[in-house]
Amino acid sequence: MYQLSGVTKRYQRGKKTVDALAGVDLTIEDGGRLVIQGPTGGGKSTLLQMLGGLDRPTSGTVEFDGVDLASLPEARLTKVRAENIGFVFQSFNLIPTLTAQENVETALVPLGLKGAARRERAAEALDSVGLGERLGHVPGELSGGQQQRVAIARALVKRPKVLLADEPTGNLDESMRDEIMELLEGLWKEHGLTFIMVTHDSSIARRAPRLATIRKGRVTVTENAAA
Amino acid sequence: MFFTYLRRELRRRRKAALVVASGLALGIALVIVVSSVSSGMSQAQDKVLQSLYGLGTDMTVTKAAPPPGEEGQGKRRFEFDAKGDDEQSSDRVLVQGFQTLASSTVAQVGDQEGVADAVGGLSLTVLKVNGEFKPGEFTAPPGGGKTGSGGGGGGGRVEGGGAAFDVNTYSVYGTDVTAPALGPLTSSRITSGRTFNSSEADAAVAVVDSAYAKEKGLGTGKTVTISGTKFTIIGVATADSGDAAANLYIPLKKAQTLADAKDKVTTVYVKAADSQQIDSVKAAIQKNIPDTTVTTSADLADTVSGSLSTASDLATTVGKWLSIAVLIAAFLVAGLLTSSAVSRRVREFGTLKALGWKSGRVTRQVVGEALVNGLLGGALGIALGLGGAYLVTAISPTLTAQLGGGAGGGARGGMVAIGGGGGGPVRQGAGKALDIALTAPVSLATLAVAVGLAVAGGLIAGGFGGWRAARLRPADALRRVE
Ligand SMILES: Nc1ncnc2c1ncn2[C@@H]1O[C@H](COP(=O)(O)OP(=O)(O)O)[C@@H](O)[C@H]1O
Ligand SMILES: [Mg+2]
Repeated sequence: MYQLSGVTKRYQRGKKTVDALAGVDLTIEDGGRLVIQGPTGGGKSTLLQMLGGLDRPTSGTVEFDGVDLASLPEARLTKVRAENIGFVFQSFNLIPTLTAQENVETALVPLGLKGAARRERAAEALDSVGLGERLGHVPGELSGGQQQRVAIARALVKRPKVLLADEPTGNLDESMRDEIMELLEGLWKEHGLTFIMVTHDSSIARRAPRLATIRKGRVTVTENAAA
Repeated sequence: MFFTYLRRELRRRRKAALVVASGLALGIALVIVVSSVSSGMSQAQDKVLQSLYGLGTDMTVTKAAPPPGEEGQGKRRFEFDAKGDDEQSSDRVLVQGFQTLASSTVAQVGDQEGVADAVGGLSLTVLKVNGEFKPGEFTAPPGGGKTGSGGGGGGGRVEGGGAAFDVNTYSVYGTDVTAPALGPLTSSRITSGRTFNSSEADAAVAVVDSAYAKEKGLGTGKTVTISGTKFTIIGVATADSGDAAANLYIPLKKAQTLADAKDKVTTVYVKAADSQQIDSVKAAIQKNIPDTTVTTSADLADTVSGSLSTASDLATTVGKWLSIAVLIAAFLVAGLLTSSAVSRRVREFGTLKALGWKSGRVTRQVVGEALVNGLLGGALGIALGLGGAYLVTAISPTLTAQLGGGAGGGARGGMVAIGGGGGGPVRQGAGKALDIALTAPVSLATLAVAVGLAVAGGLIAGGFGGWRAARLRPADALRRVE
């Protein structure tokens, strides 16, 4: 699925340059599950951006299904994101003025789905995350956990190959964390997708079959045969 | 999704939309008020000019002013026979301005290219002198002597002779009864009786101006005597605005006879075939018919002063620049507000791009919102502007127009001033003030401009915002926004 080699991302901050990623080599198998952890500022989010085609590395290649995202034209990259990649963000990133159902529908817009078919699929996705009763609510009327469920429905409604989650429970109460984690794990198993998640939760990290730790832009991968 | 998203954004962010919209509304309202007041001003000016000229006249042709010192006509003298104690009266009929053109000039002017119609008229001033004369009494010297004996010694004396005069002037206009569509009489309405018919070319009939009729106790069916000729009054005319062109109107031929000006006219009233071509018609007449002065409405407008022309100048200069400035400011504010609204929604738009929305789709959304704001501003601005224009019309402030003020009239060839160089239209009393109520009519064209400005404002705002939105990257979905 993913083949990263020599991926470097350099940010310019005034006169200082920061290497958020410093020569990352990484392989991720189809249908695999990777948990990423590391200190704040280590480069976790930057790595996720490279994997999701949100940004391009300064150097190196990010091969996704044999295609180098680093050198793909913008229009093709947009298409890859629309069709294959689902995102879940730490702060949910829902459109505040749209209802839950409409938020989920936004993921189907670039696929050309319209009208009743689009509404129906969005409703199904919300139902699968347990929000079948909240289709018409705007984010402000939902709890944090519910908002993240809407975001998860939005990420999965397009049936992507990859689900990328950047600290999906980072903004949630303790009580909601397990709920969301269970949901994500269940969906991963059910859909058979490649699941890459950044988390600070050490109990999850311990249970992960494959753990990438990223410090100062460098990645070390630990396999956990026991998990 | 476009319309759903648009509707939701506008409903939930009503306040922000209103701020952008009201800025544009202010600018648009100002444009509507200023342009409607300007058109009210120019209507008022047209009214002033109309009261001088009559409806439909684009220019007048008069005889060129003679070089100074060479007076047009000789001296006038009143002759009275001293018939004892009788009260006597004598009318002197003078051609206004003492300058005339041959009647053939009318046809000549009519033949010029671009002239739709040309009609001649003769403006007269009648000086009516009423006097009482006492012949002197001859007193013989005391102590004899014979009457008329002449000679050196102590002749008699004439004593106690004298006269008391009343001098009245009134104006008479000789109108071409076959051409009622042009000339001074068109600026009046017949309010009683009738106007001339074309068979009355040399009839002793007259139309009297209502103000003069009231002053002199005249009316339809009565008669009036001008220089010994009795005229039957067939109608009363009331001037549409300001003063009438003349006190009495009579057939042109009769006027020529009275003034001893056979086949002469003072003024040719000209209607151009195309109101855009007035300057070229003027040039053609002046070139082809020597010794004439052509005066257009524009020339005449230059001689109008007073608060009307001051206000009109203000409307066209200050008003215009003010509305342009406010519009530019409103456009800029709308643009900046839209752009800053986009900045506050960086993560939102970044997320949509991360979800695979094309940049163009995001931009379209932003431009769409701005366009609706612009249209909202347009609707508000039109309402505000119509309100303002209605208010001006309701208050209808009075403006005065000073006609042909002071030296201007005479020196320019005197369209207005009586006795000025060129004769010209019959208006008596140069430098007369006309009061005109200002209105602010809103034309459809103005409304179309307002809608256009609203769309332009929306597009400018959308341009700012869209440019900003187009440059957002999908990675901005992860941006921390404070
Ligand atoms: N857009 C950016 N501009 C400049 N520096 C950035 C930008 N994004 C991230 N960085 C820097 O890159 C480093 C890695 O950031 P990030 O990937 O967000 O870390 P993490 O998600 O592990 O906390 C940090 O030092 C951060 O300050
Ligand atoms: Mg991070």
